[in-house]
Amino acid sequence: MFVFIIRRVLQTIPVLLGVSLVVFLIMQMVPGDPATLLAGEGATKETIESLRHELGLDRPILYQYVDYVLHAVQGDFGESLRSSRPVLDEIMVRLPITLELALASIFITVVLGMIAGIISATKQYSAADISIMIVALLGISLPSFWLGLMLIYFFSVNLHLFPVSGWGTFSHMILPAITLGAGGAAIVARMTRSSMLEVVRQDYIRTARAKGLKEYIIIYKHGLKNALIPVITVVGLQFGALLGGTVLTESVFAINGLGRLIVDAIRTRDLPMVQGGVLIASVIFVFMNLAVDVLYRYFNKRIDLN
Amino acid sequence: MMMNQDADKILEVKNLQTHFFTDEGTSKAVNGISFSLNKGETLGIVGESGSGKSITSLSLLRLIPSPPGKIAGGSILFKGEDLLTKSEKQMRSIRGNEISMIFQEPMTSLNPVYSAGEQIAEAIRLHQKLGKKEAWDKAVDMLRLVGIPSPEKRAKQEPHELSGGMRQRVMIAMALACHPEVLIADEPTTALDVTIQAQILELIKTLQKDFGTAVILITHDLGVVYETCDRVAVMYAGKIVEYTLAKEIFTNPKHPYTIGLLNSLPRLDMDQVELTTIPGTVPSPYNMPKGCSFAPRCAHAKSICEQAVPDLQAIGPSTEVSCWMFTPQWEKAYEAQEKVGI
Amino acid sequence: MKPEVVINNTELNVKERKSPKLRHWKAFYKKFKRNKLALVGGYIVLFYILLAIFAPLISPQDPYEIDLVNKLQTPSAEHWMGTDDKGRDILSRLLYGTRLSLTVGFVSVFFGAFIGILLGLAAGYYGKWIDTVIMRIVDVLLAFPGILLALAIISALGPSLINVMVAVGVFSIPMFARIVRGSTLSVRKLEYIDAIRALGATDFTIICKHIFPNILSPVIVQATLRLATAILSAAGLSFLGLGAQPPSPEWGAMLSSGRDYLFSAPHIALFPGIAISTLVLGFNIFGDGLRDALDPRMKK
Repeated sequence: MFVFIIRRVLQTIPVLLGVSLVVFLIMQMVPGDPATLLAGEGATKETIESLRHELGLDRPILYQYVDYVLHAVQGDFGESLRSSRPVLDEIMVRLPITLELALASIFITVVLGMIAGIISATKQYSAADISIMIVALLGISLPSFWLGLMLIYFFSVNLHLFPVSGWGTFSHMILPAITLGAGGAAIVARMTRSSMLEVVRQDYIRTARAKGLKEYIIIYKHGLKNALIPVITVVGLQFGALLGGTVLTESVFAINGLGRLIVDAIRTRDLPMVQGGVLIASVIFVFMNLAVDVLYRYFNKRIDLN
Repeated sequence: MMMNQDADKILEVKNLQTHFFTDEGTSKAVNGISFSLNKGETLGIVGESGSGKSITSLSLLRLIPSPPGKIAGGSILFKGEDLLTKSEKQMRSIRGNEISMIFQEPMTSLNPVYSAGEQIAEAIRLHQKLGKKEAWDKAVDMLRLVGIPSPEKRAKQEPHELSGGMRQRVMIAMALACHPEVLIADEPTTALDVTIQAQILELIKTLQKDFGTAVILITHDLGVVYETCDRVAVMYAGKIVEYTLAKEIFTNPKHPYTIGLLNSLPRLDMDQVELTTIPGTVPSPYNMPKGCSFAPRCAHAKSICEQAVPDLQAIGPSTEVSCWMFTPQWEKAYEAQEKVGI
Repeated sequence: MKPEVVINNTELNVKERKSPKLRHWKAFYKKFKRNKLALVGGYIVLFYILLAIFAPLISPQDPYEIDLVNKLQTPSAEHWMGTDDKGRDILSRLLYGTRLSLTVGFVSVFFGAFIGILLGLAAGYYGKWIDTVIMRIVDVLLAFPGILLALAIISALGPSLINVMVAVGVFSIPMFARIVRGSTLSVRKLEYIDAIRALGATDFTIICKHIFPNILSPVIVQATLRLATAILSAAGLSFLGLGAQPPSPEWGAMLSSGRDYLFSAPHIALFPGIAISTLVLGFNIFGDGLRDALDPRMKK
């Protein structure tokens, strides 16, 4: 197990390097010369040249890349073109907010999704099952940002139950968390349902019955633990959609998080910010995946060893 | 029925019918079987795949999945009481406690996420109402009893850490933990290596003697029957065609199907150019032939065989056969115009 | 995927060469038809495709025509879905927007599938270092959470619908590569592949005739479901202002302006959302149905 963790951590290094390379290369594709842009209109050739030298833009690409990575590892992602503050600082102000939102959404995704899936599976083909499955289908089909808008309209504008936008109190969290978490909850619900249905058909359930156990013990003690194993994978995959989805949700609810920061940076062509933001978000995601993998392996070692 | 002391009979099945209702029609998987089991006796139920032997065993414990299956008729008398009239709650207290069952695939029949000890202790806690610690200790004792070395260590292990033979021993331990009076073993050795097979059968036999448990052993292997069973019922297409002592099956088989089965066993004592088979195939349970279900494949079939189903008839002190050949009407029956089959 | 078709298709069983594939597809079609829900999904998709094709003919108004006098009107007889902030008829804009959404969806998924299939085939068939390299690339692509990769690409290339197609396309590659690789690996392991190689078949023939038919089913299912995601992603990117630019009647962009007027004219946000949801729902149901019909393990 320990060996597995070490191996897995080592595996993330090339991935992280790859990510940083991809982000770096993408930024290189931006048309226009950063030095020229920075220098502004009417700057002389010498000014631009010296600016280029200062920014290290006259060195080979590989060198620039390595330079970037070395700085990044130390926390230096350059400065925002817009605010001139270090990229990392800007990100750090907003990251906790995004993480809170992500956490609240994961809660909804996992808890709501699993409960719905279990109800569906144990009462297969009942009215509850069918309605849950229909809602789940809708859940994966609705654009999250539209859901957010509709929620705002009905609950904030009409019913005045929640604040329209912003962040800070518990009631600020509810609508955005639902918006962000609903899609994932739908997927988890479907997965939990099919996994439980699959598990209930297994031989060991028959053995449990032959032992004379009560039905609900069979389902919840013997069935559920097995059924949740593949659901872990799905939840892990949902992290990605969740992190990415913060971009949209934060825009809809005007929340000052990392997602909105990146989007604004794209609009204002604040490339160091985009680069830093995407990189940091991806690094967080890679480590999240690592954690999920380890967790999955812990619950699933029986399958691996077969 | 067999001439036995009724007091000795622990299980008596009369005309059991288990049907399955599906889109393709009604499958009469078990189509009227009757047999009995005495205390401490081993009864073998032999048949090919699809003969209904597994369904029979599941029916005894009423573990048939209820759509699409249903026990459609007959009675199962356990210690004099009909199991088919009992409530689910009553059945639950019988399962794993007075009647236990072990299955063919020990790999998939044990829950992968719980330890061996926990799965055994669970049954003990449930039926014997012991506390956690006592149940666990008993579980470890059972593991020792079924011949697993270092039982304390093994009890904490999960099924994937055990070998196939060990898993089956765990299943046996689990089944016998509450000292049931009947053990149903559904092909317990089919999925195991040949050397382990012998060990497991030996184990079952020993424990049976120690606990006085009656055993119903379901198998397709006639050799196993000879070694371990007192009596045997041969099943074909949902019915029992021959019901006799285990030794008699080999020395004096009566029913054409039994004879065919024995003939198809490869022989070690002479060279065989070709293996003998029984021509034809097993009829579909959705579409049973009218009359004797073996008739289409039987070399001796006469017209009466195609028209009416023979009942199980006693033709000796300990043998029953369901075949028209052994009835008084046989001499008068006409030969079939055409031999149906292949 | 179980290559049951291909076993019949090999040179070893010449008699049955032509028929089993047809039988296979017929059986699949029958199974699919039994799933009424999936059929509904298919009809929805078809409906939208028809709307897209005939948009110019059925649109009541010109989607670009500005009519500031009549702006922000709620649904009425003249404008079934009302007008937006510039007085344009929402229904007409939605109809024309169908073309944009479907185009973005199909182009990006096709692009992603094409490259993904190539990568997956190469990785699965040739194995060893090619496999490792390709899978590392896929891992890197998958290391970006959600649409962040697409965002990065758009930030470099600039906001436009075409760039959205590229970005979403790249975003779709990893899934296809993985699935194709998996199928390729399982077919490649079959002994008969070694047999026909010994008989002299070239890699190209093997890939085309034997491996490709087997990867088709999972690819088609994945493509259909991916279309759903792609359309959602594209709409999201446009919503953020990074995709189709005004005055384009793209649904995501319409939602963006709908958001500005959410309190005063909620209908602007309502209808495009319904349009997106229904189309995506159609693809999802249809894709689910395809997957159930093609999965040999499906229980009755």
